[in-house]
Amino acid sequence: MSKSALAKLGFAVLGWFIGALFFFPIFWIAVTSFKSESDAATASLIFQPTLDAFVGIFTGTDYFLNVRNSIFLSFGSTILCFILAIPSAYRMAFYPTQKTQSLLLWMLSTKMMPAVGVLIPIYLVWKWLHLFDTVIGLIIVNALMNLPIAVWMAYTYFSEVPKGILEAGRIDGATAGQELWHLLRPMTMPGLSSTALLLIILSWNEAFWSLNLTGHDSAPLTAFIASQTGSQGQTLAALSAASLLAIGPIMIMGWFTQKQLVRGLTFGAVK
Amino acid sequence: MSVQSPPAALTEAPAPIQKVEPAEKWRRLLMAPSVVPLLLWMVIPLALTIYFSFIHYSLESQAGNFSFVGLQNYQFLWGDYRFLTAILNTIIFLVSVLVITVVVGVLLAVLYDQDFPGKNIAMLLVIAPFFVMPTVTAQIWDRLFMDPIYGVIAQFLQAIGIPPIDWLQSYPLLSIIIMVSWEWIPFSFLILVTALKSLDQEQKEAAAIDGAGSFTLFRRIVLPHLEKAIGVVVMIEMIFLLSIFAEIFTTTKGGPGDASTTLAYLVYSLGINQFDAGIASAGGILAVILANIVSFFLVRMLAKNLRQNA
Repeated sequence: MSKSALAKLGFAVLGWFIGALFFFPIFWIAVTSFKSESDAATASLIFQPTLDAFVGIFTGTDYFLNVRNSIFLSFGSTILCFILAIPSAYRMAFYPTQKTQSLLLWMLSTKMMPAVGVLIPIYLVWKWLHLFDTVIGLIIVNALMNLPIAVWMAYTYFSEVPKGILEAGRIDGATAGQELWHLLRPMTMPGLSSTALLLIILSWNEAFWSLNLTGHDSAPLTAFIASQTGSQGQTLAALSAASLLAIGPIMIMGWFTQKQLVRGLTFGAVK
Repeated sequence: MSVQSPPAALTEAPAPIQKVEPAEKWRRLLMAPSVVPLLLWMVIPLALTIYFSFIHYSLESQAGNFSFVGLQNYQFLWGDYRFLTAILNTIIFLVSVLVITVVVGVLLAVLYDQDFPGKNIAMLLVIAPFFVMPTVTAQIWDRLFMDPIYGVIAQFLQAIGIPPIDWLQSYPLLSIIIMVSWEWIPFSFLILVTALKSLDQEQKEAAAIDGAGSFTLFRRIVLPHLEKAIGVVVMIEMIFLLSIFAEIFTTTKGGPGDASTTLAYLVYSLGINQFDAGIASAGGILAVILANIVSFFLVRMLAKNLRQNA
């Protein structure tokens, strides 16, 4: 075997080993979720698979309510975020002024406030406004938190559209609405839809505000999972089943948004 | 949400010459849907936090509420041993997670920059933990892995004859550091491996022809190339890690004692558990100041970047 082929084999073994190591806790959730509660208490791979744990969480808890809240929260905040972000991104990308760059930076800098710095006032204001323990209250918080990312991403995708195409459209007499729908939408759709996926993932997994601003009624999955205390070792299969369903779909979405994740979370500093 | 203004040089950036048209008036309005909510979201809560931090404000009893107390809340915090513990824990936590995620992230980036069969799938496996919600991370580490009786680690250690460890009781802060690192190594890895892709292959090959060994190559070419990306990772992680809360809330609740209480958890426990909004706000302001120092550098770097791309 040549030296480079040997090196390649070494990299492959190491690369796969490390991948397996990082993934092992997730694999273990999946395994445990198909065990009976008594099997779940031992770390064995030999067991009689059963769906009891899944049946248990669907019949014994308000799991559907939490799933529904998480779906409303992540899709609702993403839609709200886009409604607020698109007009500004459009304006900044196609009609920039001297102030555009400073404005963009100011928006990004709002993302840098640690949530804990505004926990107390938001908690109190949300109670005063009767937004506490409501899904709509959480949707607003998440939309505002993700707004700078959405503006930034939409701005960069709009900026990549060749200016000549829009001008040609205008010469042909397209109105602003037609321009948006027939020219911009198809050209920026791939970028914008993966941005939407990224925002859905971020708000699906957001836990700081969902733990502090929800009670029973509006608790999304993050809060539901946190409340599953049970005595140690007794409800491991149920916990695993609930966890697996909470992270499975979102992880698959995450795998498809890697590039947008890097771009969105570093504000374009790394591409 | 930092309150600093962007560097002056930016406002002087050359702008395309534009005719003032009537449509421009309407276009200005397009900024309102994002600027107004962000302004409200930034100014009002921050102003309230500052205000609360200077008054007596108990959520439990009305006595003496809203009376101005000057720096008393800050003095109380400073005199409270829990505060010093929390600051120390926050620093240990931040530095440990940053060092672990960056060092492991760089090593993994170099490894997965090589070509080998199934590389892309192996990478997906490494990235996966970043998409696990924090409360699930906390629960599975706490109950499936670190539990002294039912945990995988304990059962494995017992099988080879080592007495099990009650991780969250004996080493609470270390346990939290392990959990959070597992979540954030994928983040730093993903950023760094992306940055490494833009390293000129020819440059690496030229260095190899000149007889540079792999270590020299790493130190002289790979590391300097990653410098900026490492800076970005450190700053972004710091901002997120300052507010790490769910992992502690779900597992140790800051304990045993105050052993795993960080600044973020202390603010929560003072304000929402002990109903003292005034003192909790003073703690919140300190977190804001910390974050602003970091974001000052981050915003400067982003500004430079924007100018280069413009």
